[in-house]
Amino acid sequence: MRLRCPLCGERDRREFYYYGAEDYLHRPAADAALAEWDAYLHLRDNPAGVTRDLWYHEAGCSQWLLVTRNTVTHEISGVELVAERKA
Amino acid sequence: MPELIAKSALDGRRLTLGGLTLVELDPGPITSVALYPGGAKLAAKGLKTLGLTFPPPNTFTEKKGARIVWTGREQAFLMGVAPPAIEGAALTDQSDGWAVLGISGAAAVDVLARLVPVDLRSSAFPAGRVARTQVNHMNAVILRTGDHELEIMVFRSMARTAWHELEGTISMVAARQAVKI
Repeated sequence: MRLRCPLCGERDRREFYYYGAEDYLHRPAADAALAEWDAYLHLRDNPAGVTRDLWYHEAGCSQWLLVTRNTVTHEISGVELVAERKA
Repeated sequence: MPELIAKSALDGRRLTLGGLTLVELDPGPITSVALYPGGAKLAAKGLKTLGLTFPPPNTFTEKKGARIVWTGREQAFLMGVAPPAIEGAALTDQSDGWAVLGISGAAAVDVLARLVPVDLRSSAFPAGRVARTQVNHMNAVILRTGDHELEIMVFRSMARTAWHELEGTISMVAARQAVKI
């Protein structure tokens, strides 16, 4: 498996660390309802198909990446820098 | 004041085997230049006094003994010279934090191909390119300085491990070359 880091180019899987679902980017406000915090911390989809998750380029440029991939075909359709994404 | 003697990690060690040379280099001062948000213009002004510009990703440039190496998003290492006044960026002294090994010879890329998960052949990685990647499990910065010359920067604490890995691989590549098929 290879990921195309927007800065470094195409790199081997061993350079990256998997963190988890994209949900971690959408932290609720401090005073948000308990249910919202519960969903943020614990509730995850498990899609057969397109999913978006966070990877860390730990052996490269040390950037967090938002990877769009397909769990069925293993196709990787997009890699973005978390630091430069439009909110 | 006592006189302090600067010592490099490997005492300038050198190895020559099978047309390959591995040597510890002295990079001089190393300063991390990390841009503040929106600080690119101010930093460019400071770097201009050395005739340098902030390098695009995966590249480095040199001018009169000063070298600037891309090392991350909006971050570069200024090497070989004391840093001038640079605004718009955080400057951090990294000297003595790194060990730099130079490997040269026609088979230098064959040695690194056994350790590094990136294509370092000239066709994919010409002179002036830099990659932040791994040498086995060690994080490293690899620079292509010439047709058959590369430099490998590792954390100083990993210098002897890096030497051990490279020495072992060089001896294997040299032995492989000696075998006639």
